[in-house]
Amino acid sequence: IKHNKKRQVEILDAKTKDKLCFLDKVEPNATIGEIKSMFHKSHPQWYPARQSIRLDPKGKSLKDEDVLQHLPVGTTATFYFRDLGAQISWVTVFLTEYAGPLLIYLMFYFRVPFIYAPKYDFTTSKHWVVHLACMCHSFHYVKRLLETLFVHRFSHGTMPLRNIFKNCTYYWGFAAWMAYYINHPLYTPPTYGEQQIRLALTVFLFCQIGNFSIHIALRNLRPPGSKTRKIPYPTKNPFTWIFLLVSCPNYTYELGSWLGFTLMTQCLPVAFFTLVGFIQMTVWAKGKHRSYLKEFRDYPTLRSPILPFIL
Amino acid sequence: MSAPAMGTSKTAHSDSSNKKKKGPGTLATAYLVIYNVVMTAGWLVIAVGLVRAYLARGSYHGLYYSIEKPLKFFQTGALLEILHCAVGIVPSSVVLTGFQVMSRVFLTWAVTHSVREVQSEDSVLLFVVAWTVTEIIRYSFYTFSLLNHLPYLIKWARYTFFIVLYPMGVAGELLTIYAALPYVQKTGLYSITLPNKYNFSFDYHTFLILVMVSYIPLFPQLYFHMMRQRKKVLGHVEEYSKVE
Repeated sequence: IKHNKKRQVEILDAKTKDKLCFLDKVEPNATIGEIKSMFHKSHPQWYPARQSIRLDPKGKSLKDEDVLQHLPVGTTATFYFRDLGAQISWVTVFLTEYAGPLLIYLMFYFRVPFIYAPKYDFTTSKHWVVHLACMCHSFHYVKRLLETLFVHRFSHGTMPLRNIFKNCTYYWGFAAWMAYYINHPLYTPPTYGEQQIRLALTVFLFCQIGNFSIHIALRNLRPPGSKTRKIPYPTKNPFTWIFLLVSCPNYTYELGSWLGFTLMTQCLPVAFFTLVGFIQMTVWAKGKHRSYLKEFRDYPTLRSPILPFIL
Repeated sequence: MSAPAMGTSKTAHSDSSNKKKKGPGTLATAYLVIYNVVMTAGWLVIAVGLVRAYLARGSYHGLYYSIEKPLKFFQTGALLEILHCAVGIVPSSVVLTGFQVMSRVFLTWAVTHSVREVQSEDSVLLFVVAWTVTEIIRYSFYTFSLLNHLPYLIKWARYTFFIVLYPMGVAGELLTIYAALPYVQKTGLYSITLPNKYNFSFDYHTFLILVMVSYIPLFPQLYFHMMRQRKKVLGHVEEYSKVE
């Protein structure tokens, strides 16, 4: 057992094995996070978020919370460093990728010049469903922005910078594509008229509330500032009872919202967006479901990743 | 980019020295040998057809019509290769193979077949010849590899001919798409206009232009990938023959 003897830490480049940094007199109860800060001082271009510190050059990254004396290292610890590349915070990415669709859709809704023929500039659609669709779409993205700021608790602080370009292209691109047709002067309203729109709106609102309920439930699972993971369970809120059947009901409700919006607008690009989103969310849901199963022995067996009993 | 269909560097019929991966089973191997032999024969038929038609007519023009049917049959047949990857008897990427085969099939059916007016263009001959020579070499390469008896000549041809055939094929494809543009615009081929029930529109003319533009980033990447493969595959032999 090593008593409170100060340690030494050397950090090598994982690829070249060059000695990048040597730290003297490190407290045994220092965390990886603190070591990252010390490393940052000697290499200011590598801020902690872009450092991957590991025991083995090809191994998994150590967590910021890991404590030096609990790691399988001697009095002189050797760590390997990999640069994760420029990082950007999740919050920044979310805000940017959601603000885009909100504003872009409105540009099409208000028929800003150079989108449609000049005679339509700044005119409004004569179909009331188009106004409703704008409200729903805008509400959806405002909700997302507010959730990013006030509800979500992120396990990772940052993601690679290139993700913001990929994600924004996806969200902004699809928003423009959908908005173009819905707000087009030649837009055709849904075949079954008011009945169809009313059903669609009900589905949409139900799923928006459902999705929000799940986000709140997930937030409450995790105390502020912590990164603990627990099994989510149904709460008093009926919208969370879906946890009995599904691991990621937030994605289930999200799919439902977009199905509602597709039905409301009867617009093929919206259907495509819903499909692509569904595929991506299914991939995420399956991954999350698998990690729940791996982490928790007593994970409820009735649950499916995203669609009850199906997927 | 479909001119000489690239096929990724890792194929079941790998010519590199590390055969750590368990290849396809005996049944799968037998099937693949038959598949590749049939494809080699098919493209040979097309090659022979081109030569005979040229000798008979005495000119390069309109040779497409003499090989139209086998071209459609064997090029479309290549869709099976996507299945081979998906099932796992060929260790190439489904996405990459899919992309390559689909681009060939697109040119065969959605451009050349659909726009009758381009069928008499010389650019069609340009890519047909490029595809034919490439596919004969590629499918015989796979056949011999599967039988573990790959003549160096075939390996050399596969990693050398593309240097000329690939740009040649790309040129033929681009010129053909370009030639199709005015007819597509005039007839509104495969295009959907507003208003309609599903609030969707598609302009095939614009789409074809975007396809042409996409060659700019894609072609160099695929071409230089093959160049790097060439150095890797053929480079070894040169090293062995040099005595330090």
